[in-house]
Amino acid sequence: MSAPVLEAVSLEKRFGGVHAVAGVSFRVAAGEMLALIGPNGAGKSTCFNLVNGQLRADGGEVRLGGQSLAGLRPRAIWRLGVGRTFQITATFASMTVRENVQMALISHRRMLWSFLARATDQFRAEAEALLAQVGMAEQAGRPCGVLAYGDLKRLELAIALANDPKLLLMDEPTAGMAPKERTALMDLTRGIVRARGLACLFTEHDMDVVFGQADRIIVMNRGRLIAEGTADQVRNDPAVREVYLGSGATSGGH
Amino acid sequence: MRITRRGVLAASAATLAAPALVRAQGTQPIRIGEINSYTTLPAFTVPYRNGWQLRVEQINAAGGVLGRPLEVVWRDDAGRPQDAVRLAGELLDNERVDLLAGSFFSHIGLAVADFALQRKRLFVASEPLTDALVWEKGNRYTFRLRPSTYMQAAMLVEEAAKLPAKRWVTVSPNYEYGQSAVKWFKQLLSAKRPDVEFVAEQWPALGRIDAGATVQALAQARPEAIYNVTFGPDLTNFVRQGNTRGLFERRSVVSLLTGEPEYLDPLADETPEGWIVTGYPWDQINTPEHTAFRDAYRARFNDYPRLGTVVGYDTISAIAEGIRKAGTVDNEKVIDAMKGIPFTSPFGAVTFRALDHQATLGAYVGKTALKNNKGTMVDWRYADGANYLPPDDEVRRMRPQGA
Amino acid sequence: MDFVLIQFLTGLSNASALFLIASGLTVIFGVTRIVNFAHGSFYMLGAYLAWTIVRAFWDWGGREPYLFVLGVLAAAVVVGLIGVAMEMTLLRRIYRAPELFQLLATFGVVLMIQDATLAIWGPEDLPLPRPPWLRAFIDIAGSRFPRYDLILAIIGPVVLALLWLLFHRTRFGILVRAATQDREMVAALGVDQKKLFSGVFFLGSALAGLGGALVLPSQSANLQMDLSIIAEAFVVVVVGGMGSVTGAFLASLLIAEVQAFGIVLLPKITLVLVFLVMAAVLMVRPYGLLGKPQAHARAASGAVEPTLRPAPNILGLAGLAALLIAASAPFWAGAYAITVLIELAVFVLFAASLHLMMGPGGVVSFGHAAYFGLGAYGAALGLRYLALPMEAGLVAAPLFAGFFGVVFGVFVVRLSGVYLAMLTLAFAQIVWAATFQWVDVTGGDNGILGVWPSAWAADKSVYLWLALALCIGGTLLLRRFVFSPFGYGLRAARDSELRAEAIGLDTARLRLAAFAIAAAAAGLAGGVYAYAKGSVFPTYISIPKSVDALLMVLLGGVQTVTGPIVGAIAYHGLFVGILQATAYWRAALGLAIVVLVLAFPQGIAGFARDRWERARGLEAA
Repeated sequence: MSAPVLEAVSLEKRFGGVHAVAGVSFRVAAGEMLALIGPNGAGKSTCFNLVNGQLRADGGEVRLGGQSLAGLRPRAIWRLGVGRTFQITATFASMTVRENVQMALISHRRMLWSFLARATDQFRAEAEALLAQVGMAEQAGRPCGVLAYGDLKRLELAIALANDPKLLLMDEPTAGMAPKERTALMDLTRGIVRARGLACLFTEHDMDVVFGQADRIIVMNRGRLIAEGTADQVRNDPAVREVYLGSGATSGGH
Repeated sequence: MRITRRGVLAASAATLAAPALVRAQGTQPIRIGEINSYTTLPAFTVPYRNGWQLRVEQINAAGGVLGRPLEVVWRDDAGRPQDAVRLAGELLDNERVDLLAGSFFSHIGLAVADFALQRKRLFVASEPLTDALVWEKGNRYTFRLRPSTYMQAAMLVEEAAKLPAKRWVTVSPNYEYGQSAVKWFKQLLSAKRPDVEFVAEQWPALGRIDAGATVQALAQARPEAIYNVTFGPDLTNFVRQGNTRGLFERRSVVSLLTGEPEYLDPLADETPEGWIVTGYPWDQINTPEHTAFRDAYRARFNDYPRLGTVVGYDTISAIAEGIRKAGTVDNEKVIDAMKGIPFTSPFGAVTFRALDHQATLGAYVGKTALKNNKGTMVDWRYADGANYLPPDDEVRRMRPQGA
Repeated sequence: MDFVLIQFLTGLSNASALFLIASGLTVIFGVTRIVNFAHGSFYMLGAYLAWTIVRAFWDWGGREPYLFVLGVLAAAVVVGLIGVAMEMTLLRRIYRAPELFQLLATFGVVLMIQDATLAIWGPEDLPLPRPPWLRAFIDIAGSRFPRYDLILAIIGPVVLALLWLLFHRTRFGILVRAATQDREMVAALGVDQKKLFSGVFFLGSALAGLGGALVLPSQSANLQMDLSIIAEAFVVVVVGGMGSVTGAFLASLLIAEVQAFGIVLLPKITLVLVFLVMAAVLMVRPYGLLGKPQAHARAASGAVEPTLRPAPNILGLAGLAALLIAASAPFWAGAYAITVLIELAVFVLFAASLHLMMGPGGVVSFGHAAYFGLGAYGAALGLRYLALPMEAGLVAAPLFAGFFGVVFGVFVVRLSGVYLAMLTLAFAQIVWAATFQWVDVTGGDNGILGVWPSAWAADKSVYLWLALALCIGGTLLLRRFVFSPFGYGLRAARDSELRAEAIGLDTARLRLAAFAIAAAAAGLAGGVYAYAKGSVFPTYISIPKSVDALLMVLLGGVQTVTGPIVGAIAYHGLFVGILQATAYWRAALGLAIVVLVLAFPQGIAGFARDRWERARGLEAA
């Protein structure tokens, strides 16, 4: 395995008396899709937010390409090459689809503090190329506020790719989508991850998506990592079966 | 008389594009542009408006001035100097008025006076009290009718100096008028009575007095006498708290303007007795001039005159007299004519001083009393404004060169 | 110490009056999210109605205490009904309009009530005669303390307790609390919102009326009551935490006691003290003492910001034509028309500067006049102390205002929503008080005179061209900013802070920059205005001036770039025309505002844009 793009080492987070994340470590390599799963309340989202800088860890460290992300704000982490999508899509509703992507490109190329240029003229071709990659080229001129939900998700993906990231963080990328759309979006994502050699960490509820798309899966429960491995390994892991199916399932084989 | 009023639509269209109308002289009316805070301070300015209206009607009934009737075109300044200045321009440029008059608030008076200087037009400031209007910021084009802050403070100092009290406190609204009124009072009283000391001062925000706390803070200083400058709703509030808390008992109170009906009437049955005040005992002045004025006003408006009524009435008298003497409405000539011009007020003979364009209109100084559950003035006398002004040299020093 | 005790008690009785008003305001805001400017008017109506009703009762049955109580309650009920009438006839029609649009409507109501009160009760202050039992005092520590004030001091906590019971023990109260927390959820559960809102307006308005009626015995009913109380009421609501009745109680205690003791220690700065307290509280607790963050206040308004498109060509041509007509005015119009055109140019820039913050920035300022005034004072103080000529003054104006924009902005951008707006109001009031009361430096309310243009620009026509060049040039520059990467970044921060930060945008710094630019632009407008008027006054900074700016932006339409331009021209033109046409200009202007609000709930330019886009089949968000 090559040097990991993302490395989380012994992450800790407490909320009052709750030990939300307890000593979690994992790595994601370039070109790899790593799924983070677990039942509700397992600490997935907390763990995810420790990586993206939304929350500050009480202990442990997150490293991107060997560099520590400790204490960095989300926008600084983004500058280091991390693209994100959100569980509930976050886009700029008052802009067109193309402008959303242009905005990210403007920020990436440090054009933000220019006051006289026309924003819509900046990086237009690049924005359209990114939109083409996610299959949104035809909708480039539409107001973002009228898009269907699946299209918003694609748009978010295009935005996330605008800073030419090394790492893609996707929080519940298929939440709220129809099953058919889910597969399409994740196929698309996987294609891009492979083609660009990105590392991708995502959380997901839909097990079809997880087992169908992830190269590797890590499973959390009650703040701890309880399993790690390929789809088959995880599927057959007794601890995982216990968590998801209850104790009856493990003994139910008899 | 005709009060010019136009419809909303006509106004907005016409004012933007009104071409200059060249008015023929002759029997065309003499137009006076009048600006005042009619909606902001209606209690003072409505009687004032009635006053000038009455005088205009009287003069026109008697044949007008120079054979021409007077016409007043009036505007409400909404209590804002920036609007007053714009309206002054509108009156000059669109309404083609011959001269300007009016204003109540000091800042508006100053703004219009400065505008008058720019445009070289006569401005007869009727009511603003600030001393700056004729002194520091005085100019050739501005005349002021009402006795100024300095004059009224000086009238009270004369009485205050006779009091045995040595420990004084002051309470005054915190803005230029209040600050000047206190400054002059302290300065003039200290000059006459080096033994007095001012032991505390209260500066409530205008219109927002915290009366209970203010009264208590004043009482805490254990004064022998109190100098009050608050007026209007602040005064009512202050008097009620002071009455209940006993602040005024066994203490002398000297109070600016409180004897004016505008401020005395709202105190009603709670009017404190024995305050030394400047004011206007309209019901007791029985000189021929005043009786005639009061009767005419009653007949016309079925109301009694307020101080503002006298000021409005005199404003027109003074302007008419100036134009009559000049024999023209040419402003420069009217101004020259008005310097030192005598005219008759319901209060008696008044002149506009040539020195600083301040009228010698005076005020009545007396004591407050309760009669039939209403406030009134007793033991009053007329203090002629001419006697309460600083020496001429001092005035010359304060007034800009060439004004 | 006896004096301390008496002063403390005095503070308590003031706190009660303040609490009554503020509790009504906070309840209304909590449920309906309406910033109700008319609340001060309801307070005033409470006093006037009590004056009429109590005296009528006394004439009938003698000056008995129980008749006083009945009269006060009756006045409160009548005011409550007036509040309901306003809600049902006016506000109900515009709940779906963008946030703060209702503020505009309530301001129209303020103006109408002012004239109605003047017409009904006349211009003079109306004191309620006090029978002996209202004048009575009790002896506390050797001092006379008014018995009525003691009763007032008790009424505050009693009303608080009654409100607590209402909110915890009745179905209505529980719904009110639930709606304060989550309006959408309550609606989703099938509660009749209309009834709930009407009920809330009755309660809130009646509390304001009760407050007005109860202060009547210690002062008089007068026409200045409405505006003198409203700023303070907002301060209490914000310090307490918007929507929190207990917070309002604590805040009114805090404010009243600070005033009672401030008078003794710092008698000259009582006005500033209140706003300093508010600023300090908001620094430490950004949502007030007991307030909670508003859950997605923007999303809750149900309005998605529409896409911003560059204006169609025809609009650009129309603008150019208007500009040419204005610039050629000296050749066809009178001197007064030129004065008005200069003012219009100034207000276009003033409104456009506020719009940069309100529209693309999503940051509402209730104190934008501060920067307009600071610009004017920058020029005037430069003249007074440094003898700066006009050319330098017009450079100093935006710099002076921009400097304060940065200083205040650093604190302001840390907050959000109405709290942010209120902090801007606090800073504006502090600046206003400094100019109004610091007579030695600023000339106080008498202002600074003689701020006239240099000789070459003294001619009105030349000054018009200068004003057009600076103000319209400034407006076009601001417009350019809106469509620049910076402007897009600003909108990005407004649309989705989460996403903006996730693509590397420093949202706080973007807002600060917008704040500073808006302040500098307003300062330039103020500077041009100062030389046009020849003088500067604290009225340039007063609350009504800030409200003017808000009205212009909202009336024009906050969601279009052309909105503030249209709004400034429409509002100022309306004001100028009505002011000189009728003595009842306040009623007429108020009515005009209300009608415009009902006719164009997206603002005038917003309405035109919708029509335009619909006619062309453009997709709107």
